[in-house]
Amino acid sequence: MVFGKLLSALKKTRDVLTAGLSRLFSFGRKLDETFLEELEEVLYNSDLGPVGTRIVEDLKESYRKREVKEVAEVPAFLRRRLLHRLAGSEAPLVSAPQGPTVVLIVGVNGSGKTTSIAKLAAHLKKQGKSVLLGAGDTFRAAAVEQLTRWAERLGIPIVKQPTGADPAAVAFDAVAAAVARKVDYLLLDTAGRLHTQKNLMAELEKVVRVVKKQLPDAPHETLLVLDATTGQNAIRQASEFAQSAPVTGLILAKMDGTAKGGAFFGIREVLPVPVKFLGVGEGVEDLEPFAVEGYVDAILTFDKSTAPRA
Amino acid sequence: MFDSLAGALGKAYRAIVGQKVLTESNIEDGIRAVRQALLEADVNFQVAKEFVADVKRRALGLDVIKAVEPGQQFIKCFHDALTDLLLGGQAQGLPVAPQAPLVLMMCGLQGSGKTTTCAKLALWLRKNKKKNPLLVAADLQRPAAVDQLQALGKQLNIAVYAEPTTARPPEVCRRGLEHARTRQHDVVILDTAGRLHIDEPLMKELQQIHDLCKPHGVLLVCDSMLGQDAVNSAKEFHARLPLHGLVLTKVDGDARGGAALSIVKVTGRPILFAGVGEKPDDLEEFDPPRMAGRILGMGDVVGLVEKAQSVIDEKEAEAAARKLQKGQFNFEDFLGQLNMIRKLGPLKKVLGMIPGIGSAMKDIDFDDQHFQRIEAVILSMTPHERQKPDLIDLPRRRRIAAGSGNPLDVVNGLIKQFKMMQDLMKKMGRGGMPGGLGGLMGGGGKSGGGFPGMPGGGFPGGGFPGGGGRGFPGFPGGRRR
Repeated sequence: MVFGKLLSALKKTRDVLTAGLSRLFSFGRKLDETFLEELEEVLYNSDLGPVGTRIVEDLKESYRKREVKEVAEVPAFLRRRLLHRLAGSEAPLVSAPQGPTVVLIVGVNGSGKTTSIAKLAAHLKKQGKSVLLGAGDTFRAAAVEQLTRWAERLGIPIVKQPTGADPAAVAFDAVAAAVARKVDYLLLDTAGRLHTQKNLMAELEKVVRVVKKQLPDAPHETLLVLDATTGQNAIRQASEFAQSAPVTGLILAKMDGTAKGGAFFGIREVLPVPVKFLGVGEGVEDLEPFAVEGYVDAILTFDKSTAPRA
Repeated sequence: MFDSLAGALGKAYRAIVGQKVLTESNIEDGIRAVRQALLEADVNFQVAKEFVADVKRRALGLDVIKAVEPGQQFIKCFHDALTDLLLGGQAQGLPVAPQAPLVLMMCGLQGSGKTTTCAKLALWLRKNKKKNPLLVAADLQRPAAVDQLQALGKQLNIAVYAEPTTARPPEVCRRGLEHARTRQHDVVILDTAGRLHIDEPLMKELQQIHDLCKPHGVLLVCDSMLGQDAVNSAKEFHARLPLHGLVLTKVDGDARGGAALSIVKVTGRPILFAGVGEKPDDLEEFDPPRMAGRILGMGDVVGLVEKAQSVIDEKEAEAAARKLQKGQFNFEDFLGQLNMIRKLGPLKKVLGMIPGIGSAMKDIDFDDQHFQRIEAVILSMTPHERQKPDLIDLPRRRRIAAGSGNPLDVVNGLIKQFKMMQDLMKKMGRGGMPGGLGGLMGGGGKSGGGFPGMPGGGFPGGGFPGGGGRGFPGFPGGRRR
């Protein structure tokens, strides 16, 4: 399992959760109300939100049924529950049976779309794939320039139009170019948009329609980029974006901070798509395929030195 | 934003509303609902706990005033606690520079909206404080961040100081400051790169900029959608740099904004501004008592009136109101009124500012396109028809329908409702606040005469508040007496 960077980032931070968990599982604790409240707090601090409360309720239930008898059994219980909730959330990037694989990148403003595209392009290039970028964020000032810089740095071709152009037109050109140049992957950027902005969501729908017109089975992947520091609103983002675009997976960006992206547990309930990648740093190589166990262990920080035994 | 919090508080309120006195036991349910709502809104666990304890202390410490209903008192306790929390114990406003230029330094996590906020703030200062700001592009980390600030500067006609990305940010800031002094800029805004609070070298760099430029105020730019980690990052930024205040961004989303409360609590610094949209002038001064009111679903009448006053031509409005009362109101006047309302902004935003409506309406989707439809119908009438609606017979209606691209039903509906409103006005004479416009907008949705998609009945309560002393200028009948 590759999650070295993620775990090391987390190790570095010595965050609340670790402190919370080690205090929680220190010797001699009893499985009582105080313990449960502290556990709930620890889960809340990872942005699990109401899911955290439900897990605590589950724990109470298991305690009543004598399935869990003491504090020492709680870590394993938590790990099981968290893994269970994330079952099936791990999947590789799909590739089109023939022709270019079109990957559409969507998300709210500032979630990390452009940077994620650069990382993904580098990742694919490293695997020997040919990649084309489509600068579909024609709204934000200098967004086209930002992606262009990345394209230059990575030595990857880019299809673009000036800021203010119709993003659907850029998408059209980009797909046409991808087909003509027979590239393996087209990574299509879009402007950041708040999911509450109806007009902008309609614009996104149009981009999807235009892509489909050229390649009926495209986009093969529509990845929603979520900022791991986002709280429960990430759930709203996921369900709203899925209404306007055929979201097939997620990228959890900014996992190198002290945030855990725990809102993902809640997202599973409204949009059960896999996480394809985690963004774990500022470098272009800081993108890791998502691995459920690694992620859950990171949430629980089951680092051998401090973690409770699972 | 904060809508769901308002909803949960409503629940808490209803639990207490019938009670005669506030006791530990009868506020328990309300308190629990409040706590849950706070947690679901991403308020930090500890902050929520302390806040709830604060509300409880206030509620139980009250001398029970017989005349005032306990439920109201509880809400007031909550309102006061929230206002205090939002104030962060600090005076509001930007810092004052003893000697120009005023230097403001923006910092925050990646993607929080710093560059956009810099531009918005510069525009705000120019518009509202008659300042001549200079933006300094010190984000040399993110590709094309400098280009972004320059593009915004160009668009808004605001000066930007930039250097090649090979320069060092602290030096750029220092030279930017010198540049400002020679060019007589009275405000300098430093746009720094986004950084993680645990990125040691970058946090050190921020301190270097601070030491070198001695800004009068450091503003932390925070995304309103932040989760629990907001507390960790804000604490760290505040430990490294003395923050003056916060700018909350992306408030136009539907985040519940609880993290903002946590940040105010752990840093003790107030929110100064809120970014409320994608346009450069979508920056508002943050007013804690008013926001507390909005959270509690008490509406923001003050904000509404202020906004109305800024866009509505009072004379025109008065003239329209007089005509309306005499029953001489025609489609041209109506169109004028419609446009005034549209100037207030998206309908949903406007309605959200009205007490009691905000929370009741949160799930209803107002499509501002209905305004456009009505406008299209009216614009398809000849000037003569607009002035004398009685002229409009069936052939004319058919023509108007075809001309405006609407089914005949829509035109019929509009004219019918318009006439009803006219009649009503005549009867009411100098009445309070007629709900005419509301009825016209949405009435008869099911019968096919109204505008599809508009919730039946139009604006709830049959019109806008403010018929009395504190009028809502510009709406028919809303005259000040």
